[in-house]
Amino acid sequence: MYQYDEFDADFVQERAVQFGRQVEDRLAGKITEEQFRPLRLMNGLYLQLHAYMLRINVPYGCLNSTQMRKLAHIARVFDKGYGHLTTRQNMQFNWIKLSDMPAILLELASVEMHGIQSSGNCIRNITADEYAGSAADEIEDPRVYCEILRQWSSLHPEFSFLPRKFKIAVSGSDRDRAVIKAHDIGLRLHKNEAGEAGFEVFVGGGLGRTPFIGKSIRDFLPTQHVLSYCEAILRVYNQLGRRDNKYKARIKILVHEMGADVFGEKVEKEWAEIRETALELADSETARIRGFFAPPAHEKLDDDDSDLAGDPAFATWVEQQTAGHKKPGYTIVNVSCSPVGKPPGDISAAQMDGFADLADTYNFGEMRVTHNQNLVLTDVRKKDLLPLWQKLVTLGLATPNHGLISDTICCPGLDYCALANARSIPLAEKLSERFADQQKQKDIGEIYLNMSGCINACGHHHIGNIGIVGVDKKNSELYQLMLGGSAEEDASLGKILGRGFDEDGIVDAVECVINTYIELREAGEKFIETYRRVGPDPFKEKVYSAPA
Amino acid sequence: MPLLRDGKITEDPYTRVVGSDELPGEGPILVDLSRWQAERDALVAWGSEVGVQLAADESPAAIALDLEHIALVALEFPAFTDGRAYSYARLLRERHRFEGELRAVGDVLIEQLHFMDRVGFDSFDMKSAEAAEEWKTAQADMSVWYQPTGDERATATRLRRS
Amino acid sequence: MHQVVIANRLTDGIVVFLGREPEWLEGLENCQPAQDAAQAEALLARGAAAEAEQFVVGPELIEVELREGVWVPVKMREAMRSRGPSVRSDLGKQAEN
Ligand code: SF4
Repeated sequence: MYQYDEFDADFVQERAVQFGRQVEDRLAGKITEEQFRPLRLMNGLYLQLHAYMLRINVPYGCLNSTQMRKLAHIARVFDKGYGHLTTRQNMQFNWIKLSDMPAILLELASVEMHGIQSSGNCIRNITADEYAGSAADEIEDPRVYCEILRQWSSLHPEFSFLPRKFKIAVSGSDRDRAVIKAHDIGLRLHKNEAGEAGFEVFVGGGLGRTPFIGKSIRDFLPTQHVLSYCEAILRVYNQLGRRDNKYKARIKILVHEMGADVFGEKVEKEWAEIRETALELADSETARIRGFFAPPAHEKLDDDDSDLAGDPAFATWVEQQTAGHKKPGYTIVNVSCSPVGKPPGDISAAQMDGFADLADTYNFGEMRVTHNQNLVLTDVRKKDLLPLWQKLVTLGLATPNHGLISDTICCPGLDYCALANARSIPLAEKLSERFADQQKQKDIGEIYLNMSGCINACGHHHIGNIGIVGVDKKNSELYQLMLGGSAEEDASLGKILGRGFDEDGIVDAVECVINTYIELREAGEKFIETYRRVGPDPFKEKVYSAPA
Repeated sequence: MPLLRDGKITEDPYTRVVGSDELPGEGPILVDLSRWQAERDALVAWGSEVGVQLAADESPAAIALDLEHIALVALEFPAFTDGRAYSYARLLRERHRFEGELRAVGDVLIEQLHFMDRVGFDSFDMKSAEAAEEWKTAQADMSVWYQPTGDERATATRLRRS
Repeated sequence: MHQVVIANRLTDGIVVFLGREPEWLEGLENCQPAQDAAQAEALLARGAAAEAEQFVVGPELIEVELREGVWVPVKMREAMRSRGPSVRSDLGKQAEN
């Protein structure tokens, strides 16, 4: 993975010192909350329901074991012993003291980490496919461009006060695991007829109050132009994006109101002016960055799966949690942080430490955070799967539910978040308990169940096959049910099925939806396929005719 | 308002002429875009420097062809969160090759000066007279730059190559 | 209607309450809510003063009611703040007593 050189190290260190001074000024009463708020937000520090919350960037989901141990240390010393993995591949701590912030930032800087731009109306952490570099279906490694974009977006002088926050995601495989069409800019690496790599560029995707699927404005952008093209997009948006209404300020509204064609033309025009500037990537620079992402020292192995049977629990886990690797004898391992009946994405300091050890032993010291709030080991020898699994069982990280209904995406909701309308975690817990039976989950098959505690959609409810969003109705929690969303290449937005439910009602309603699917499905059909074939009506009928 | 220029608080030589207010007898003046457009010829013939102030929704494209007659462009920040003028500043400097004074006016905070400096502003309407000192401190905060802009600073990418 | 002021403490962000007693409290157990509009206004003024002195952040009046002999916030959101996350009964104020 990428390693800081003196420039990156100085940058983060200087920023940590600067924010440390701002915190001291605040604590000494030299600046007011009004003055301090934008400063703390630019460094990822929120004030939530119970305390300060710190969001730490995990650049495009990549972490090494040293960093993970540092996060464990912070959880233990400065927080309450756990952290939370977010849908933007970051980690959040919920119980931070302002007075500890200067020390925490220096700790983080010492392992090349920080919270810069994890909040605020700027370019946020760039996200990517969690299998990057290892996936069997990969065309190009997206991390190279993520890192180039990360540096370019760090304290960008022109784009630090955008109309609204700005999220960029990059995918390098046929299968979209980075939800690129739900981002302000989505970049899809592919190859043209001449075999050269380039990006298809999507703009204007996003969830929240007014969800949109991103629209393609360019089929093929040669890779050396990625910065100039993004700068052109941002420059058009920075000038023309709405600033009169924060609910209409995202680029998706501009693209929608203007039309993707017109927006695309403006971008092309701006790009023509700046494509041949210092933003154009020199081959040597791309090669230098690419060097950091060279594959680890894989051994030459036979692709032998014979050890993978045996213990049925192990076999189930292998079948559910592993994915195809480029190299024979290796596999990608998904590690679920959504155990049945527990808050999805929460991970204890002990688990962090334990997992860091496993990454050292079995995965060249590296790991990934996924937008599904799970972890991934990208380069595990198949012959190591059994001992790895045994240790994951001990750590409580061996739930075999990858891509199954109990592997929910769930935002913090009203248990932590100051913007929430309703709780989301208790729902995730109840739903995962309702569907805990492994046989049943397997029978239901691949399905994505996403939930958010409010319209902001941090839990990606619009693009879950089943989505749930909390609303506040007369001081009680009400949940709306959506069906038909998808986060992949065929991205689509779910539609609200009908009137909302209370907490128990929504759990029953989801079960009813599942039973209806099982009744209606044709052989081999996934939930989303059945839904697309039959539409919402049969589900609506069942869900709302069930005795109250 | 204290004016910060070249790291020092200085006297503002310009008389700000708001809307259709009467022009002063002489000396440098700073007018709105609409005034400039309405009285362009007379203002070009003005015996002293003329500056034009652009509101946040007025793109510098409106004065791009007149820049040889304009000594100062003032760009407004109605709130520090409104960052349109950062793009305008770069367009003025890098696209339209404007070499006169580029001034930030409105909600200009110390924490923003770094960004403003990098996109080409060289004078700042500050809220307090201590701005010069504070800016000096803030300027020392960061020494690494990743983005090529029109300023002279070498980016990390360039330094790595050398 | 009974009201208290709720806020986050500046240094650690911890939720604190202000009733008619002299000090800010970390819990509602011993809090004496304002009983009428005039008392509530006085509390809010004290809250604002504490914010000006950089002791708390975001003071606001909330409604509380007596349930089983203890004051609890009427609104769910404030109830959550007065207890801690419902999914982690081992954390927050609920864990302290
Ligand atoms: S979706 Fe709403 S409740 Fe959930 S984390 Fe985002 S803002 Fe908070």
